[in-house]
Amino acid sequence: MLAYILKRLAALVPILIGLTIIVFLMLALIPGGTAVAILGPLASPENIAKVNKELGLDQPLIDQYLTWMGNLLHGDMGRSYSLKRPVIDEVFERFSATLILAGTSLVLCSFFGLLAGIVSAVRQFGWTDRIVTFFVLIGISTPSFWLGLLLIMLFAVDLRWLPASGMYEVYGGGGLGDLLRHLILPSITLAVVATGVIARLTRAAMLEVLRQDYIRTARAKGLTERRVIYRHAFKAALVTVIPLIGVQTGLVLGGAVYIETVFQWPGIGRMLVDAISTRDILLVQGGVLVLAVSYVLFNLLADIIQTVLDPRLKS
Amino acid sequence: MTAVSQPAAPQAPGTRSARPGSFRLLVNNRLAALGLVVLGLIVVVVLITPLLPLQNPDVTETANRLLRPGTPGHILGTDHLGRDLLSRLLWGTRVSIAVGLSATAIAAFFGSLIGLVAGYFGGRADAILMRSIDMLMAFPYILLALGIVAVLGPGLLNALYAIAIVNIPFFARNIRGVTRGLSRREFVDAARLSGKGHAGILFTEVLPNVLPVIVITMSSTVGWMILETAGLSFLGLGAQPPLADLGSMLGEGRKLLFTAPHVSVIPGVMIFALVMSINLVGDGIRDVLDPRLRSGALARPSARTRIDRRRVPPMPARASGSALDVVALETEFQVGDAVHRAVGGVSLDLGDEECLGLVGESGSGKSVTAMSILGLVATPPGTIVGGRVIFGSEDILEVSNETLRRLRGDRISMIFQDPLSTLHPLFTVGDQIAEAIRAHRPVSFAEAWKQAVQLLELVRIPGPKERANSYPHELSGGMRQRICIAMALANDSSVLIADEPTTALDVTVQAQVLRLLDDLRRDKGAAVLFITHDFGVVSEICDRVAVMYAGRIVELGTTEDVLSRPAHPYTRKLIDCVPILGEPERRLDAIEGLPPKVDRLPPGCAFADRCPQVRTNCRTGDIPFDDLGGGRKARCLYPLVEVAA
Repeated sequence: MLAYILKRLAALVPILIGLTIIVFLMLALIPGGTAVAILGPLASPENIAKVNKELGLDQPLIDQYLTWMGNLLHGDMGRSYSLKRPVIDEVFERFSATLILAGTSLVLCSFFGLLAGIVSAVRQFGWTDRIVTFFVLIGISTPSFWLGLLLIMLFAVDLRWLPASGMYEVYGGGGLGDLLRHLILPSITLAVVATGVIARLTRAAMLEVLRQDYIRTARAKGLTERRVIYRHAFKAALVTVIPLIGVQTGLVLGGAVYIETVFQWPGIGRMLVDAISTRDILLVQGGVLVLAVSYVLFNLLADIIQTVLDPRLKS
Repeated sequence: MTAVSQPAAPQAPGTRSARPGSFRLLVNNRLAALGLVVLGLIVVVVLITPLLPLQNPDVTETANRLLRPGTPGHILGTDHLGRDLLSRLLWGTRVSIAVGLSATAIAAFFGSLIGLVAGYFGGRADAILMRSIDMLMAFPYILLALGIVAVLGPGLLNALYAIAIVNIPFFARNIRGVTRGLSRREFVDAARLSGKGHAGILFTEVLPNVLPVIVITMSSTVGWMILETAGLSFLGLGAQPPLADLGSMLGEGRKLLFTAPHVSVIPGVMIFALVMSINLVGDGIRDVLDPRLRSGALARPSARTRIDRRRVPPMPARASGSALDVVALETEFQVGDAVHRAVGGVSLDLGDEECLGLVGESGSGKSVTAMSILGLVATPPGTIVGGRVIFGSEDILEVSNETLRRLRGDRISMIFQDPLSTLHPLFTVGDQIAEAIRAHRPVSFAEAWKQAVQLLELVRIPGPKERANSYPHELSGGMRQRICIAMALANDSSVLIADEPTTALDVTVQAQVLRLLDDLRRDKGAAVLFITHDFGVVSEICDRVAVMYAGRIVELGTTEDVLSRPAHPYTRKLIDCVPILGEPERRLDAIEGLPPKVDRLPPGCAFADRCPQVRTNCRTGDIPFDDLGGGRKARCLYPLVEVAA
């Protein structure tokens, strides 16, 4: 198993290099380039020329990339001109908030998505199936940013049950209870679309598995239908669905951009939106890179879980 | 985005786009029809918007700011600058739809082009293109769009490009897959030989066949693209004032959430209606273009075959010494409008401790007969429409589901063909055998495991203790079949039904498994119904043999009688098909012709068309299953043996 994980990690290296190239090019392709990104859009041409020379921006692109990459490996992503602090500090502070929100949503969407998928596959064409299918369709058609607003209107404005926003610092002040209260609405909103997608995938996977010969064998052994479905069929379906759940983490991490804006959550998504508006490209770079790498790692985690469940993949 | 946008399965290559009647199918799907109506309504209203008597969407009128919906002159109210919301909504919808469609067109064009080139040329072009696509897909979808907007700067057109670019991979992947399959096909080779250039082949031969996939991918991504561009505008990164799309309206309304919720609710409802209707239509299109979903092939088989008996014979008087009695069993398959009578009235009596062979070509209904006994024929499409299956004093077709479950694997066990697909790939074989024991005996897992190991020893698996921890894929075919036999023996069943248990094995292993099965059934005193197409196997193990053709038994007798003096011409032909070692001069006659389709059986003898001795009266009336004396029966008017006096 350890050997397998190491092998998978090694296979990630080219992907990570590719990611850094794309993120690096973001900066290089920008009109005005790095100097503007560092000094801000109002910089004078003299200062820009100075910075270009200092940073070796007159060098070939490949040399620039290697320098940039070297700095990155030393934990240096540059300095944000708008926040006047190192990008890496800001990014990791914000990332922890995003991870709490996205992690909670992932748990929610995996649990409810799998459950809904199983139930509707087992009751295929029945009323339960129709109702689940209908809600799934609504879920994946609703703009999450709008749903967030509706939930705020209902639960924060009308009913006054839950806070609409005001999560200023994840580790500051209110403690765990306060964090959870602030977490409920955004994490549910963020989970809705992914829940729908996972439910669809699970339903399809279950229907596929239930037609397999080994399910007939399980029935021929005289197992109860409950055991046939929840032990034999579900485990086999889970093996195909788990990597797909890994893919859905992209939906959740990306969706965080909207949800953090709507609920004023101090995460990396909101940081990105602000940074794009102020054209603080170094900050955008740092945020995109961290989210992209965490997405890749989530997928790796999903693949590892799949391998643990499926002995055929180990060889 | 992501998996939802991918069609359930790439089209079977060669399928032309929508067949005639596809539109009807789409409308017949009620939800898709609803989506079509809503979408059509929105599109029509948006198209005629410039002609409608609406206020200018951009004229501000601060005196009338934040009017509620229903105000005369402003049906949907006004926003914070006093602009008419209805007018802004319709103009905004126009923008959103235009942007969504343009993004879809751009993504479809470039994505399909990449997919076609990569799939058609293969090799290095394929590797480079697809690795780049993989790179793009390593980013979360929305994040990549944000990054692109960050580079290009905020603005509606830039948001459109960003959304189009991040959707290119979905098209490229789907189209590449289908193209790869197509470019190996004969008609492409033919075009190449006729001197057509690559571009010509791609656009005249390949593209038309790939179109359905492009359409499916478009229909399943356009909703997302509208949603995501609206999202970027919502964040203030798309449409910039005074231009407004649905997303930017929603973004403005958000600031008024507490004072004037209608300003954000209204555009949200429109986005929702738009995306939902597009998704409904998209799902409908996918169902129409993906025939697999329509045929009901994806339907989930129920725990027990559906029983809907039109003919129920009377309970026969119990003959003692009978382990299992199948009486006039009929099983049908409903496929579309056609009804296939797989089993057309089969009667078998399996004596205690007897091994009865059931022989026939593939498609003769022998497996379906075996599966029907324990209700294991998949429903849909199978239904048992007549007969009885008598075990003990009960008709299995009449017992409750729970009683049937208790019979399965306990009193009556099954051994299936192809043990690789019939064993669960994710559980150890010890676990699977122990589970069979625990389904019927109140023993601990440890105790069941111990018995499982003993069973493995019984079926002569070397190193049973270690082997119990193996997964099916780690064992050889012969070992897997022994595992299946061990599982069937786990509860000392009195009846074993073996459905071609040795067909998937090679000859030497086949002989070992047969001998093992024969020894064990004698030790345990179990009766065996042995299904096979192989007379060689029958002669090794069976006491009696029943020959099946086109869903009916055509001959029955002791193995020796039937093999040495077949009565039915079909049996004769079958026996002649078996090669004999050391007799190379023996002619191997394949039986001319094919078995009749079971949904269109001819009147009279089903074998008449292939029978060398056929006479005119063979083709009329039902041929009786005549007793030839000495326990022999044949469904033939002119049996090949003398009828005993």
